[in-house]
Amino acid sequence: MKVESASLENEIALKKHNKGNRRMTHYLRRDWQLYLLLLIPLSFVGVFKYAPMSGLVLAFKDYKIARGFWGSDWVGFQIFQEIFDKPDFIRAVRNTLMLNSLDLIFSFTMPIVLALLLNEIKGVKFKRVNQTLLYLPHFLSWIIIGSIAYQLLGQGSGAVNNLFELMGWNRVPFLQEDTHWLFSYLAIGVWQSMGWGTIIYLASISSINPEMYEAAIVDGAGRWRKVWNVTLPSIRVTIVTLLIMNLGKVMEGSFERVFALQNKATTEYTTTIPVLVYRWGIESGNFSRATALGLFQALIGLALVLLADRIAKRLGEDGLL
Amino acid sequence: MKTSNGTLAMHRKKSFDIWDVLIRLSLIISSLVCLLPFVHVVSKSLSNDAYVIANKVFLWPQGATIEAYKKILQDESILRSLYVSIVVTVLFTIIGMIITICAAYPLSRPQLKGRTALTVIFMFTLYFHGGIIPEYMLINNLGLLDSMWSIILPPAFSAFNLLIMKTALSSSIPVSLEESARIDGAGHFRILVNIVLPLSKPIMATLALFYAVGRWNTYQDALFYIKQNVDMRPLQLKLYYLVIQASESFQLEATQVQLSNPEVLKASCVVFATLPILCVYPFIQKYFVQGVMLGAVKE
Repeated sequence: MKVESASLENEIALKKHNKGNRRMTHYLRRDWQLYLLLLIPLSFVGVFKYAPMSGLVLAFKDYKIARGFWGSDWVGFQIFQEIFDKPDFIRAVRNTLMLNSLDLIFSFTMPIVLALLLNEIKGVKFKRVNQTLLYLPHFLSWIIIGSIAYQLLGQGSGAVNNLFELMGWNRVPFLQEDTHWLFSYLAIGVWQSMGWGTIIYLASISSINPEMYEAAIVDGAGRWRKVWNVTLPSIRVTIVTLLIMNLGKVMEGSFERVFALQNKATTEYTTTIPVLVYRWGIESGNFSRATALGLFQALIGLALVLLADRIAKRLGEDGLL
Repeated sequence: MKTSNGTLAMHRKKSFDIWDVLIRLSLIISSLVCLLPFVHVVSKSLSNDAYVIANKVFLWPQGATIEAYKKILQDESILRSLYVSIVVTVLFTIIGMIITICAAYPLSRPQLKGRTALTVIFMFTLYFHGGIIPEYMLINNLGLLDSMWSIILPPAFSAFNLLIMKTALSSSIPVSLEESARIDGAGHFRILVNIVLPLSKPIMATLALFYAVGRWNTYQDALFYIKQNVDMRPLQLKLYYLVIQASESFQLEATQVQLSNPEVLKASCVVFATLPILCVYPFIQKYFVQGVMLGAVKE
């Protein structure tokens, strides 16, 4: 904030200084080196981020490889009508929303709990060892996590199932049956993100004024009273901001996570929007349909982010944009 | 009981606190849940086939042998994937850092005309993008399919990293410092190379690690773009075909590797691919934590 206002003052001062000579050529002559530097990232963004956006017109065309990008016929919203009627589409939207909402319930709350627990630990060494171990899964790729998951949870030879058998229990198809898969997917997500998610909360807990705790102790507050009446209210802003940000992302699918954990036996919940885009587009070559699906997702995603930003600002937070 | 505990704690700090024990216990369990899966996979990779087939390996190797690792190191295709991954990660990190600096430094200077509009152009890419298929067609049109550039160039610009760098530069390099250098006759290039970059080594280390670890772990784009040219598969993609996708058998993927039970080999592949990250993890962890804090400034 301070930096922002300082830069504003500076800008005003500069404007006064340059009165009467504000033409673009002046700025170009003065800061040409800065503009030259900007050309590199601008060209990258232009080619790899903005140029693909023109490819979105495919969603309104009946793309035929033989006739090319420009030669294919315009068909208006016909492709969208087509995909809206597909049972796979309904399923993909349902799964995307469902997986993300369930993730929000489990993966979002776990870091808060862990951060509160870590905050209760006074021993520096104990805390640091735990943090190091808890952060570890965040640094692994989903391929590695998926491989480990199958080694542990596989029905035939997974270690957890071997343990179950030793104890005289039945083997559980953790990853080989739809409902079990859903819960394994969520649990693995919690496992991967619970430690890393604590960082932001721990940072905001550490900025709480210690006098608040001292006052609470004087008032006779115990451990849980302090957590409930001091710590949680103090990190409420962080929690709400992160929650809104995550709500803005419920239409996004985590392709890598689903793709690394899916298998042929569990098709019910693994069809999410990005997986369907991949299947329709890159595997089957139906570019128009896949593009339309991607555009549908991107537009709803954008609307959700804007909505989340509005809500954050309405609640008096900084906003996201 | 709860309240009396709190008041007493002030006077008798060393008194036995059941909650303290429970909290420590639950943290230890959570940490073990993060650690034990690796211990199991490592044990499996070092075990004798027979024990693994009999499902007898848990957290300690049975009939210890490094046979599986020998086979991996003899397999050219896995080593080639490792090599591709290293080259891609290094090139990607260098290019990504150059782009980020070239964008962040000008945008962090308040006197730059058109700063807001330019920032919007860069930041818009955080919220909207062409999507999988248009990007695929672009790569196809540029003739980059099946080459390593297809997974180096497109993601080299990251709006998120730019945001972090810009925030760090505008707070760490005061305008007055830059102005005094300009009065001494230094141009922007010299200021950037001689003042800004040496002063922002920590943030550059953080971002380089963000880029490197991100590239090392991502496999989505490689899965899309590298289909025919199996020699160009980075390690993660190789692992996907070897371990996760059951349709392609181990022998089919890597002709030299022959083992009666692929489970041990799968486990050692996982360890082999995790090892580079595990080796650097203790050193890079703190930079990552700092990066998360910086990223949270605007979040």
